[in-house]
Amino acid sequence: MSGFGTVYRKEVRDNLRDKRSLFNSVLLGPILFPILFIGLAYFAGTKQQERAEQVLEIPVIGAGHAPNLVLFLEQQGVVIEEPPSDPEAAVRAQDEQVIIRIPSEFPEQWKAGKPAVVELIADPSRRESDIPMQRVRGLLHAYGAQIGQLRLQLRGVSPSIQTAVMVKDVDLSTPQSRGMMVMIMLPYVLMITAFTGGMHLAIDSTAGEKERKSLEPLLINPVPRWQIMLGKLSATATYAFVSLALTLLAFRFAFPMLPTGALGVDLNLGAEAIGGILLAVAPVVVLAAAMLTTLAALAKSLREAQSYMGLVFLIPMIPGLIFMVNPMKPETWMMAIPMFSQNLLIGEFVRGETVSTLWLALSMGSTLAIGFAFTALAATLFSRPRVVFSS
Amino acid sequence: MIKVENLHKSFGKVKAVRGISFTVHDGEITGLLGPNGAGKTTTLRMLYSLLPPDEGKILIDGLDPTTNAMAIKRTLGVVPDSRGLYTRMSARENIAYYGRLHGMGKRDIDLRIAELVETLDMDDFIDRRAEGFSQGQRVKVAIARAMVHQPQTVLLDEPSNGLDVMSTRALRRYILDLKDAGHSVVLSTHIMQEVAALCDRIIIIADGLIAADGTAPKLLARSGCETLEDAFVKLIGTEEGLLA
Repeated sequence: MSGFGTVYRKEVRDNLRDKRSLFNSVLLGPILFPILFIGLAYFAGTKQQERAEQVLEIPVIGAGHAPNLVLFLEQQGVVIEEPPSDPEAAVRAQDEQVIIRIPSEFPEQWKAGKPAVVELIADPSRRESDIPMQRVRGLLHAYGAQIGQLRLQLRGVSPSIQTAVMVKDVDLSTPQSRGMMVMIMLPYVLMITAFTGGMHLAIDSTAGEKERKSLEPLLINPVPRWQIMLGKLSATATYAFVSLALTLLAFRFAFPMLPTGALGVDLNLGAEAIGGILLAVAPVVVLAAAMLTTLAALAKSLREAQSYMGLVFLIPMIPGLIFMVNPMKPETWMMAIPMFSQNLLIGEFVRGETVSTLWLALSMGSTLAIGFAFTALAATLFSRPRVVFSS
Repeated sequence: MIKVENLHKSFGKVKAVRGISFTVHDGEITGLLGPNGAGKTTTLRMLYSLLPPDEGKILIDGLDPTTNAMAIKRTLGVVPDSRGLYTRMSARENIAYYGRLHGMGKRDIDLRIAELVETLDMDDFIDRRAEGFSQGQRVKVAIARAMVHQPQTVLLDEPSNGLDVMSTRALRRYILDLKDAGHSVVLSTHIMQEVAALCDRIIIIADGLIAADGTAPKLLARSGCETLEDAFVKLIGTEEGLLA
């Protein structure tokens, strides 16, 4: 196996000298992803706060039909504006986020003690109008409830009689489990890193070697080809693993900087969680290195290899996307699915839960099995005489 | 000693080698001469066990490359047609890598490289990174890494391709030195002067077959020509490839 070690050490050292590629593939992720996280969290947090504290400026149509309601709104700090001539168009054009329309039947219904209709014109599919809409609705409800209670009291009925069922929220989510954004994004980022960290080395050491015309002389040396291939594959995995560990470390220092108040995120990446995640994702690194080496060995040229790599990016995205669209409760059978199981496991680790050994073993075992299958495939490809010829 | 019997190799429909037999004796320089595409490189690739022959038998010092590839690779020094270097590594590191792949220890490698630096005159670039090396410097490194384990038999595929006059002269001197040191050398070429200047025996290959095999005087006598070049043209029956 000394041939394997020689190839491994040479690839690791040789690629360390390619400073630019090293930076792009191994270091860029650990630097960029945490900054992206913090930036996004700050942005989302401050935006939310801003909208919650902003003075509401609401155009009211037919303010004259309900002077008391308008007065109530003004007392609550709402600035009443003149309505635009075409309110629907104004909302559609995003000139206004929410408009209140008080129909002319309002006074009649009010006097008759019937539910008086007030219209809220808004476009709920626009996320930025969410918060003003909720605030206006809350104010209108408050006014309705207040008047309703007064009416009951006037008739000598206890207002509590209309509250047949009272719902009380018992919040069991820990601060950790509320960090949804991080929960979804972190596994995804880590999966991508497992692939990108070694991507450049995988291409350079196989397709690149072909292109440089250094593969044929290399294969004339008295070292079995599978050992040469394994050396290159291991170097690829090493780079990916280092990149992964650096990313996790970077997140460990980035997490305390997240604006926890605004998002309700309070996640911890302790040494234990980092260790667990590295252990869970290490098989993905092996799988990724084997897949990359297989593809690069199939490619006839550097260019062709690079075009495959664009597709490889999609592989770690798929489980992440499924999870994003349809968050699932982790079950034992899911642990047999490579990359999906790691997605779930990372979530468990970050939430600070104890991960069952069975789950971890199942996830690692299934991923490694497929990784080894790809390794065998790469070795077979490498043993073909054809591997040398670039065209 | 290399014995080749009735070698065949096809790539799809193209029959690159169609029944080649020859013997290479120790302590001789044997030239495989032929126009481009004659099957020289394919024949050499089968000798150094990169390609398995479709048919026929090869024995190098009694070893068969199809069954004993690792042992053959240890006894051979090969400078193939592809001679790419690792450009981020120095010439010394390039050579040392091959030494380690041959299982040599660090001390042996250092000593051997010192020898090679002297014989191949690589003093001024041995510790420079291979990025931007001239053709001549690249060929020297390719030869040095092929010779690092002191092989008995040396195979060179078109070694003087792309070299200038001075580098070619140095290369020829080196090949003659190898012969004097008792190595057997096989080199393929399409350049007449090279064969005339170096080879003890000439094997002319054309269209995947052996057209002639013998010493230079024998070939001249057989063809009835005055010069080797005329003999070559007459023996392969065409002028194709000579201008390449």
